[in-house]
Order: sequence, then structure tokens, then C-alpha cells
Amino acid sequence: MSENYTSFVRKEMISERVPPATERGVIKWVRENLFSSVFNTIMTFVSIWIIYSIVVAAAPWFINGIWDAKTVRECYDLLDGKSGACFAVLNERFPQLIYGFKYPSSEYWRPNLATILLLVALAPILFRGLPRSLLVFSAIYPFLAFWLIWGGSILTSVSAFFGCVIALVCYRRFSGGSFTKAVIVSVVAAYIWWSIGGYIAGLNESIFALEVVPSRDMGGFMLNLLLGTIAVCLSIPLGVALALGRQSDMPIIKWICVVFIEFIRGVPLITLLFVANVILAFFFPPDTSIDLILRVLIMMTFFNAAYIAEVVRGGLAALSKGQYEAADSIGLDYTQSMRFIILPQALKISIPGIVNVSVGMLKDTTLVSIISMFDLVGMIRGPILSSTDWNGVYWELFGAAAAIFFVVCFSVSKYSQWLERQLETDKR
Amino acid sequence: MAEKLKLEVSDEIAISIKSMNKWFGSFHVLRDIDLIVNRGERIVVCGPSGSGKSTLIRCINALEEHQSGQIIVDGTELTSDIKNIDRIRSEVGMCFQHFNLFPHLSILENCTLAPIWVRKIPKKEAEETAMHFLEKVKIPEQADKYPGQLSGGQQQRVAIARSLCMRPRIMLFDEPTSALDPEMIKEVLDTMIELAEDGMTMICVTHEMGFARQVANRVIFMDDGQIVEQNEPEQFFNNPQSDRTKLFLSQILGH
Amino acid sequence: MNTSEFTRRDKFQFSMLLNDKRYRSYTFQFFALFLLICAMAYLGKNLLENLAAAGLNISYSFLGEPAGYDINQRLIEYNSQSTHLRASVVGVLNTLLVAFLGCIAATFFGVTAGILRLSNNWIVAKLMMIYVEIFRNVPVLIWILIIHSVFLAFLPQPKAFRGENPEATMLWDAFAFTGRGFYIPKPVFNDGSLVVILISILSIIGVFAFRYFARQKLYSEGKLIETRWTSIGIFFIPTILIYFALGSPIDLEYPELKGFNFKGGLHLRGSLISLWFALSIYTGAFIAEVVRAGIQSVDKGQSEAAGALGMRPNFIMNLVILPQALRVIVPPLISFFLNITKNSSLALAVGYMDITGTLGGITLNQTGRAIEAVLLLMLFYLVISLSISAIMNVYNRSIMLKER
Repeated sequence: MSENYTSFVRKEMISERVPPATERGVIKWVRENLFSSVFNTIMTFVSIWIIYSIVVAAAPWFINGIWDAKTVRECYDLLDGKSGACFAVLNERFPQLIYGFKYPSSEYWRPNLATILLLVALAPILFRGLPRSLLVFSAIYPFLAFWLIWGGSILTSVSAFFGCVIALVCYRRFSGGSFTKAVIVSVVAAYIWWSIGGYIAGLNESIFALEVVPSRDMGGFMLNLLLGTIAVCLSIPLGVALALGRQSDMPIIKWICVVFIEFIRGVPLITLLFVANVILAFFFPPDTSIDLILRVLIMMTFFNAAYIAEVVRGGLAALSKGQYEAADSIGLDYTQSMRFIILPQALKISIPGIVNVSVGMLKDTTLVSIISMFDLVGMIRGPILSSTDWNGVYWELFGAAAAIFFVVCFSVSKYSQWLERQLETDKR
Repeated sequence: MAEKLKLEVSDEIAISIKSMNKWFGSFHVLRDIDLIVNRGERIVVCGPSGSGKSTLIRCINALEEHQSGQIIVDGTELTSDIKNIDRIRSEVGMCFQHFNLFPHLSILENCTLAPIWVRKIPKKEAEETAMHFLEKVKIPEQADKYPGQLSGGQQQRVAIARSLCMRPRIMLFDEPTSALDPEMIKEVLDTMIELAEDGMTMICVTHEMGFARQVANRVIFMDDGQIVEQNEPEQFFNNPQSDRTKLFLSQILGH
Repeated sequence: MNTSEFTRRDKFQFSMLLNDKRYRSYTFQFFALFLLICAMAYLGKNLLENLAAAGLNISYSFLGEPAGYDINQRLIEYNSQSTHLRASVVGVLNTLLVAFLGCIAATFFGVTAGILRLSNNWIVAKLMMIYVEIFRNVPVLIWILIIHSVFLAFLPQPKAFRGENPEATMLWDAFAFTGRGFYIPKPVFNDGSLVVILISILSIIGVFAFRYFARQKLYSEGKLIETRWTSIGIFFIPTILIYFALGSPIDLEYPELKGFNFKGGLHLRGSLISLWFALSIYTGAFIAEVVRAGIQSVDKGQSEAAGALGMRPNFIMNLVILPQALRVIVPPLISFFLNITKNSSLALAVGYMDITGTLGGITLNQTGRAIEAVLLLMLFYLVISLSISAIMNVYNRSIMLKER
């Protein structure tokens, strides 16, 4: 026992106290974050100055904006020399920006309804708290939306839908046996139904018919949304298949997938759109004419599928080998282990990447303006800016386009971040 | 130390391996393996790391492919015929060092997945079987939880229950306790002892020599891809014949 | 049950095609190949029929014919009588030019913004976040168009530089920023300039050699030589000496206002500047995120451990943090460079004559040779992306952490 200390026993515990003023509250925060060092202080002042200059330059332009005028001349007259924006162009040309200039205005309710229903259809997929029965609506939605947007008799959509239902029923019945047999039977059954259904639908064009709107009359932001959504939905299954093929052991399958993926990823989207525009028609049988929008959709689907394949490949690689082994050792075959074990986990990991790629696709739909389709950017550069009424109103129009895309893309990426956080907490 | 279990071993052959050889590329990982396992036998395989013990048992359920020799499991020969492989895999259960539970499925779903989709057992029956085995491994209350919410020992017991739900006739264990914290090893070993008492044919790769002494009726020592020595546990631990065996035992029994 | 000696040569049966592990994969692949060949034959047949019906054939002879159009921004000699092939070469050089400049500027913007994002200063970090979010969520085409119109709207025309009290003045009497483009001094290489260039290359090599020598000295004798000032000296002094010794062989030709326009100097057109700026600032936002993620990916424990060993901050950054962060940063960075190269094809929107504008644009429209032109165009981009991917693979392999 050492003699170098006096023994000590505390009689009363010390209770908690508040820190001194400089260590808490607003003062502490300001000190640490804005003025912690000389360099930091300089940066703070520089940033404040930058923000101030931007606000001072931009505010009058916004505040003095004219919302009600018929031409750009009128805007300038009304402004009388002050700096201000001519927002009237947005007011006057809004329908054109959103729907294109050929979509009949009496039918605007149809794409509006389709968009709202899109959100309803996506809701059960994106948010897991909702009742599963809503998924039935999600399955019906593509056919409903097709009828709403393009018009025509409802029979086409209905028969297409039932074709898919029949395929699914056949698959379920035969999936006890071999996978290949089930697939073949369901494809054949669906094909038979679609041929009959197509014939019947062709007979009567007016049952529950909406006014037909041909694809070339679609335009504006609606076209961007349409192309983006369809391309993304179609490309996800294709991308997953490509990813699975790429990591397969069979050399031929693997090389087909590798060549496809690397080719598509190596060229810019604009060249693929050139293909859609001038070359793709050569590959279809003579005397068939395929809509430009369909050709563009095909190339965009291929484009997106290649990028999604790479994302899913990363997800598949992130799974430990033990999962494949465990699935094998309890006797699941390839299709079963993919369906129940591997793909659910891999896709969950890949979701942020897939959402990223999809947002990129939505932004890339603006490229169709270069091949003279009148999407949002095409409308602005084409009919609106070149019209004598609105010549030269760059900032307002491009700013509005940027704002529209910003709102949509930012919301989607915020959703993706939220989803990532949800999936993280899941793991616990 | 627990009492040695006295258990019946039948004469029926469960696994028969003859002159089996395996190469990884040019590395000769398994050399001239000859092994007969009778039904009801509990075999412990031990050896230094890299000796091929895990590879051996992974060949038995075709997770690895052997290049020469013959493996017959439960009367079916392991060839490259997929039907044979599938049949063998449903009769042989395997437990891994890292459990490999399916993290996105609940415990109950982990256990019922294979019976429903491979043996085509109706869901209700599969769930009853699953609960029965979860009770056997003493964690029935965790049935609705997810693997990430369980401790390591609990996860490994679930992995055992998952394999048992397929009603295998042979169980393979690949270092089942090596990834566990010390305080959880006992619960897993107790489960394995109970399995042995029920008459399961078991091959276990492990370093747990206490378990070997208590349960095994044969201990096999492997080194450099070959079976160097096999004997019943008393003889093996007290009277090792080969120098390599003696060296190995001194290393692991020393502390 | 047959327990006789198992040989791998059992009798072949047809059911083996589906059931035997070895043959099953061959069967599937055979079918896949068969389907592929059928599909290609079908497409090929349609192609040939359509071509015949339109009276076209596939031929690249158009490359030898005179182009008949002018290209204003060009790096090599070209006029409207040059062949289409030469026009394409001009386009290729223009693409490479804007891609190269874009990569450098984007890296600069991205690294700065990424590092600032991590700063302690709340205002700066938030400002950078706003920059990143705004630029990432709007299509690059819209940015290109906005910046191009800004460029045209805000910069003065050359004639504004005229007169006694001009509205606009040149920077240092050497740089003129106008709505028609930037006019900058152009280096003129006279006799002896080759020697100067050679010497400067040698000095760069010398700097690396000196640093290597210094490191060897540290390893063998434990003496730390101050490298900073000596490196700067080795870099600059020989080049400056030889420059003056040879009588200043490299001159600058300054742009001068003659009449209504600038003559002389180097003219960087508005389309190049706006494309370059838009691509850089857009990709810079993505690079910023990657840089931030890379630096954050290095465990805080690493710098703590290094500090506990007594290392000073700049050593910690250079020897511990940066190598690990770069492993995470460089692969996506290289793929962003590839994106810049591919996005440069949007030059069509502002009239910059890159390969898509010449070969895929005017040449294609004039000659009507759509299939040949587009194929050649895609081949060009493919070659670039495959080379860049190969470089990335080499880099990845060389820095891979050795694992057990």
C-alpha cells in the first residue's frame, strides 16, 4: 500500500451544469462554423459578398417581371426601361411548353389524368406502407395510360391487358415443372390471344373511344415525361437480364451481353438517336412505317438498359458468395435461387444506382430536340423563340425549363436518398 | 468434461468415397481420399488450415466438383448429372461458418423457402415443420424476426434448423463455431449434440476438441489434402500415431 | 445400384443435353447463338431490301469528295474544297480539343467544390451544396443553351472596343472577351524555339529525377532534403536562361482591333467557349460529389492514427489520406471524363463543329450517306471510350490493395 496519496471518498455526486456562454448556443455555432480561423473568416465575408451581389442583381429582374403581355415588344413598353423579366411568355405559351403545339387543347385532361394516375400507380411500389391491393392498379395502369394518351378504342388496351393476364396464369400453372416449358406455354397462349384480340379490336373502332392523337402530335414536357417513364420501365427488366447474362458462366451468352453493353455505353446518346431517326427504319420490313417516337423509345430503352445492367452488376457483385452457396445447398435451382435469394438482395442494393440512371435518362430526353422533335427544349428553340412575338426571350424560357426539370429531378433524388435511409434501417 | 455419448451406428453405408482426387488449377488439394461413412456415424475432421478439410465436405454436396474418383451419397453417385446433384442436395444439409442466412427473409421464411419450392410441401405444413425445428434449436420466439436482429449463436442455430427442415439424412458442418464469440459456442454445440442423439449422420469440420471427445465416434486428421490418421477419439487424442498428428495436437491442445 | 469403378466416360444419352451439367451449358449457348444468327439474318435481309428499294448502296467513297462547306473553328488547314474526310478530321480534332479542355476545367471546378463542401465554414459548404444540386438536376443541354445565350447577351461586340472612350477594353491589352469569342495572344515559334521546348521538357524530367534521388537519400541515409524550392528552381531556371540566351525565340502575336474586328492572335469562338464552360461546370458538380465521397470514405481513424505517430498534417494528407481517397475518386473521375467526351456531341446545339457536327451533321445531310456516316461516327466514340476504359483498368490493377 503506497503512502503517496491521501485516500478519498466522494460524499455527494456533482450534478450537471450548463457550459459557459461561449460554449453554447448561437454564439458557439457562429464561432465554430463561420469564424473559426482567419481563413474561415475571410471566406465567410467573401461568400456573403457573392450572395449579396447575386441577390441585388437578380431581385429587381424578378420583382419587376411582367406576367401579362402579348408580345415581347409589349413587355418592354410596360417595363419602360427598367430591368425586368418578361414572364408573360410563360403565361401565354404555357400549354405549348407542357403539351406541345399540336395536342388538341380539348383533350388536355387526358394527359393530366394519366400523370395523376401515374403517381397513384407508383405509390405502392415506392412506399411500402400502402396496401398491397393497390398493386393491382399499378399493373392495370400502363394499359389505361396508353388508352388515355393515345386515344382510340378501349378494346385494344383491354385485350392487351388480358393477354398478359393469360400469360401469367399459364406461367403459374406450369411453373411447377421446368421453367422453360412454362415460359414457352405462356408466350404461345398470349400470342394466340393477342392475335384474336387484335382482330376483334380492329372490328369496332368506336367502343369507348377517345379521340385518336397520333404520336407525332405529342410534344412539350409531356413528351419528356412520356419518353422517360416508358424507357425506364422497359429498360429495367432488360438491364437485369443483361447483368445476369454478363456474369454467366456460358461464354457465348456472356459475350453477347458484354458486346451489347460496352457498345451502347461507348457511344453518345445522340448517335443512337441518329440511328433511330435515319437508320432504324431500314431494319424493319419494307413498307412498314414505324412511328419516330417508337423508334426513339427503342433506342432509349437499349441505352438505359446498358447502364442499368452495370449498376445491377455491381449489386450482384456486392452479394457474398455464401448466399449463392447457401441457395445451392438447400437445393434451389437457378431460376429459384435468382428469384428468391439473389435478385431481391442485389436489386435492393442497386436501387439508388438505378434511380440515378433513370433521372439521367429523364434529363437526356431533352436530346430529342436535336432530331427535331418538339419536346420542352425543342418547343422553346423552335416555335417559341423563332416566332416574332417572342424573339429573344431566352432567360425566362430556359429558366422555366431548368426550373421544371429541377423540381422533378430533385424530388426524385430526394426520394432516392430517403429510400436509401429506409433500407439502411431495415438491416437492423 | 461431459460424458461420452453412447450411440448406435448402423451397418448401412451413408457416404462412400473412393480414390477421390481434386485439383484447384494445378494445386492438388485432395489426394486419394478413401472414406466410408455409415449411417448414424458422427465424424469430426480436423487439421491445419489449408489441409483440404472444408473442400472435402464441400465435395460431398457438390459445391465443389471432384476430378477423379467416386463419391456415392445415400446410394446416388455424384456425377455431372444435374438430377443426381439435386437429389443429393435435398438429402444432405449443410451449415456454413458464416451462417449464410438470407437477410431479406424472416427466420420462418428462411426455413420454409426450400421445403415449399423444392419439396413442394404446402405452406402450412412447411411452417409447422419449421416451428418444430425452431423449437428444437430453442429459438421459436424469433420466428418473425430477421437475421440481422439475431446474435451470431442464434443465427447459426437458425441455419441448423433451416437445413433440418429439408429432413436430410446427412448433415455437414463447415467450422460452425469458428465465427462465433466464445460465449455463444456452447449453445451451438449443444444443438449439434442433440442432433447426434437423434441419430443424425454428421460430418463436422471443427476445432472444438471437447465436442469431438464427447460426440464423435471417429476423428479424422487431414494434412496436405490427404487423410493422415483416423481413429476413435480416445485413441486419437491419447495415442496419436503419426508425427504430423502429434504436432497438430500439441499446437491446439497446448492452451 | 451400380457401385463399380466410376469413369467419366459414361455412355452419351440425349437426355444428357438438358440434364448433364457439362452439356447443358452447350445446349443453351447453341440455342442462344442460333437465335442471334436468325435475328441478324432477318435484320440484314430487311436492310438489303430497303436499300435496294431506295436505290442506295453502302460505300465510303463520299469521303473523298469535296465537302463544299466551311468550318470556322479549326485546328488544321481546311477550306471548302477539302474532302469530307478532312472535314471529319477537323471535327475529330475539335472534339478532342473541347473534351481535353473540358476535363481539365471540370476537374478544377469539381475538386475545388468538393473540398469546399467539406469545409468547416457553414456558408461555404451550403453554397457549394446549392451549386452541386442546381447543376446536377438540370439537363446539360439546357445549361449549354443558357450559357450560350448568356455569352451572346452579356459580352460586348468587337465594335464596342473602338474609339477614344470605348465601352469595353482589352485585359492587359492582350485579351479581348467579346460576344464573338475570346481573342488571346498566339504563340509564334521562331528558330530556336524547339530547343527551348526541349529544355523545358528535360527540366520536368529533371524535377522527377531530383525528387526520386531525394527519396532514395532519405531511405538510405535518413536525411530529408528540402525539395520544394529546388524543384521550382530546376523547373524554371534552365528554361528561362536558354530562352533569353537564344534571343527570345517564342513570340506572342497580340490580337488587335482593325476596323470592326480583331485580327491576329488566337480566336476561340463563342461556341467553343460556351460548350467548354457548360460541360465543365456541369460535370464539375458531379465530380464534386465524387471527391467529397472519396475523402469522407477514408476512416477518421486513419488520420488519428497518423497523428498519434507524430506526423504533421501535410504528411498525413499526402501519404495516408490522399492515396486512399484517390482509389475511390479516380475510377468515377475517369468515367466522367468519358462523359464529357460523349456530351461534347451536343456541340450541334450551339454550332460548334465537332465530329458530330461535321460527319454526323453537314456531311450526312449533304451526301445522304446516313448509315456509313453514323457507323463511322459511332466507331470514333467507341475507340475513345474503349481506350479510356482500358486506361482505367490498368490504373485499377496497379493500385489494387493486396488481399489474402
